[in-house]
Amino acid sequence: MATLNINGRDVTVDVPADMPILWVLRDVVGLTGTKFGCGIAACGACTVHLDGQPTRSCVTPVSAAVGKRITTIEAIGETPAGKKVQQAWLDLEVVQCGYCQSGQIMAASALVAKTANPSDADIDAAMSGNICRCGTYVRIRAAIKQAARGPAVGKGA
Amino acid sequence: MHTVSRRDFVVVLTSAAGGLLLGCRMGDRSGAPPAAGAGSPPGFAPNAFIRIGTDGRITLVMNQIEMGQGMYTSMPMLLAEELEVGLDQVQLEHAPPNDKLYANPLIGFQVTGGSTSVRAMYTPLRTAGATARTMLVAAAARTWEVDPASCRAHQGVVTHAATGRTLSYGALADQAAKLPVPEKVALKDPKDFTLIGTPAKRLDTPDKVTGKAEFGIDVRLPGMKVATVAASPVLGGKVAGLDEAKAKAIPGVQQIVRLDDTVAVVADHMWAAKQGLAALAIRWDDGPNAKVSTSDVVQELDAASKQPGVVARKQGDAAAAIAGAAQKLEAVYQVPFLAHATMEPMNCTVHVRKDGCEVWTCSQVLSRAQATAAQVTGLPLEKVVVHNHLLGGGFGRRLEVDYVTQAVRIGKQVEGPVKVVWTREEDVQHDVYRPYYYDRIAAGLDARGKPVAWSHRLVGPSILARWAPPAFKDGIDGDAVDAAIHLIYDIPAIRVEYVRHEEPVLNTGFWRGVGPTHNVFVIESFIDELAAAAKTDPVAYRRALLGKAPRARAVLDLAAKQAGWERPLPAGSGRGVSLLYSGWDTYVAQVAEVEVSKAGEVRVHRIVCAVDCGTIVNPDIVKAQIEGGVVFGISGALWGEITLKNGRVEQSNFNNYRTLRMNETPTIEVHLVRNGEAPGGIGEPGTAVTAPALANAIFAATGKRIRRLPVKDQLRST
Repeated sequence: MATLNINGRDVTVDVPADMPILWVLRDVVGLTGTKFGCGIAACGACTVHLDGQPTRSCVTPVSAAVGKRITTIEAIGETPAGKKVQQAWLDLEVVQCGYCQSGQIMAASALVAKTANPSDADIDAAMSGNICRCGTYVRIRAAIKQAARGPAVGKGA
Repeated sequence: MHTVSRRDFVVVLTSAAGGLLLGCRMGDRSGAPPAAGAGSPPGFAPNAFIRIGTDGRITLVMNQIEMGQGMYTSMPMLLAEELEVGLDQVQLEHAPPNDKLYANPLIGFQVTGGSTSVRAMYTPLRTAGATARTMLVAAAARTWEVDPASCRAHQGVVTHAATGRTLSYGALADQAAKLPVPEKVALKDPKDFTLIGTPAKRLDTPDKVTGKAEFGIDVRLPGMKVATVAASPVLGGKVAGLDEAKAKAIPGVQQIVRLDDTVAVVADHMWAAKQGLAALAIRWDDGPNAKVSTSDVVQELDAASKQPGVVARKQGDAAAAIAGAAQKLEAVYQVPFLAHATMEPMNCTVHVRKDGCEVWTCSQVLSRAQATAAQVTGLPLEKVVVHNHLLGGGFGRRLEVDYVTQAVRIGKQVEGPVKVVWTREEDVQHDVYRPYYYDRIAAGLDARGKPVAWSHRLVGPSILARWAPPAFKDGIDGDAVDAAIHLIYDIPAIRVEYVRHEEPVLNTGFWRGVGPTHNVFVIESFIDELAAAAKTDPVAYRRALLGKAPRARAVLDLAAKQAGWERPLPAGSGRGVSLLYSGWDTYVAQVAEVEVSKAGEVRVHRIVCAVDCGTIVNPDIVKAQIEGGVVFGISGALWGEITLKNGRVEQSNFNNYRTLRMNETPTIEVHLVRNGEAPGGIGEPGTAVTAPALANAIFAATGKRIRRLPVKDQLRST
């Protein structure tokens, strides 16, 4: 049994300690916005925040999340950075198939939350772990810049 | 204004629920009870694509599926434009499987692919919208006892101009349903379009930024179990043995399903299923392909390429003209097997019962998903219900139903619903791969370097012969030769031959850009070789051969201008150009700018595309498709490669099947040509045009000609 704080709510789950957060979210808790892409932290589709830090949930055991705040795509819009990122995504029509975009938005929100005006190098560093097969990278870069324009939007998620 | 006869597109059908239903008459013309109307609320359902409830709710039924290419925006734009409703007024619904109602008229059954959707549905969906609008206006006119011509529909409301009276579509729905279907309806003049041609916001995206959007893999059902699978790592292999007890000892593992060539572990969740699969330590009997390597495949293709093929295009006597030419060039080009690697791994959820079967998946060929489930279960078609979902990428992968067939085979042995999810490794190693193609190409130049003859022999399997047998005609696969037979340059003698060579070691299928992704690479690389042999600028060389192809020449000029083709680049950098034309009625010219490091690493800095796809439904979606197609093309050209060793695919995941990432992505500029030509396809072209532009840019930068993809380490100094 483990008690997890998911999107501000305490949830008790009866799962093995080594079970990745990804499968706890998707198959046990029923939050399917976080996506399975590779299972080896190579694509970023499963990105969630652990205490505001972007984390690959497919390789992070549930034991590592105990005592921390898990934030998923379902709740990132409640943070100032997440809200701005989601809006920029819509304004610039970033999304195509959309499957990787939960992870992209989680990675981008973490960047925007801590970096007021991310440079191209900042964006490369924060986003190169997230694969998009539809090829939305050009728009993701533009949307991050748009979302981040102006003052920093606050720390953490 | 022009009118369209409903005989062309609309067929009257009876509805089990009463009222009136019309179907779109496409493909099979026998007509059949519509699936979309069954169980729908009272109101107006004039055809298979539109339902208007008495509550005013407008539902558009999407026959083409959404896999990122924007169909859930451009298809409703076509309907809404003529129906005279705002896009914000409509709800979308996935069409159920039904080839009679929802066939793609260009292909003949219910399929989304091959850059056909807008081309195929541009007139049928507008006609469907106009038919409904005409009937709603007629209903209003009858209510007011006025001439329908004095009424106007706008934003879901009919107004009688003279008196200012209004009635909403919802209020008119019941009455409209009782009216006869008009024999002919007027479609809007393109100059009156308010939606078509605008960058309308996508309808599918708001749910995709909040995690609400439901892909096939997101299906959750009461009592559902999760399974993951291992199919034989060698095509044709069988299960020889496994350690069932070890897998069953893992908490959460419920059941092991053993098929002759596949094993599934059924569990409470994916984690248990994955662990269970690993614990099985399956032993395989590899079968006849046990020893095959890529080099064996290439050897066979090379041998096949020395045999004559079926002539797919013949103009003049190319062989004689080449023999007599002042200069002769010849080359062998090769492109590798490729995996699709959609971000959403293959998955399918099934619930097989004695009296019926339900399938939840995401597919580009919904009626085939239904048919395979019926075949595997032995149930009649009408007992198989298929629920489609958003696709987490298609790229041609979901034109196959192997993962549906497999899930139903497994589901037959499982009590209750089971979601079968492939691991990424399973997905990469059991794809239906883009074939390996092997081409021999030759040309003759006159004394001034102008081509007098062109001979292109391509070798590969026929995907169409398997996938759509009637489309394989006279020994020619129209997809395999697409673009090759459309060679647009003004060359007096042209010969294109197709040698069919089936591949027994891997399943092969369509990959984004389909036939042209292979052929345009070969053609546009080789024309670049001719330009180099003629010591002529590659743009000027092509341009001189495009006197009879004004649209192609216009995009070439536009791309060269926007790219600053003449501007010098530093040493180690180069620009390359390519031109795309094919059966899609779309012309694209691309200029790529690359830098090759001393170590031989390629960095793509900038891609400029000029696109003429005729009438544009949504310019922003067109741009997005080109941007995305280019990225897909770069991944394939630089690194994409599936190789075999001992019958097994050597790649397994994104760590060794490399795809482009943010830090490697160039700036991509898309310039659209606006004209009134018929709509062309746009999903495929961006990918097909990219590899040759890159290869030609690499040549400009280094003098090294890339004749085999991927580029990978070919530029590495050893």
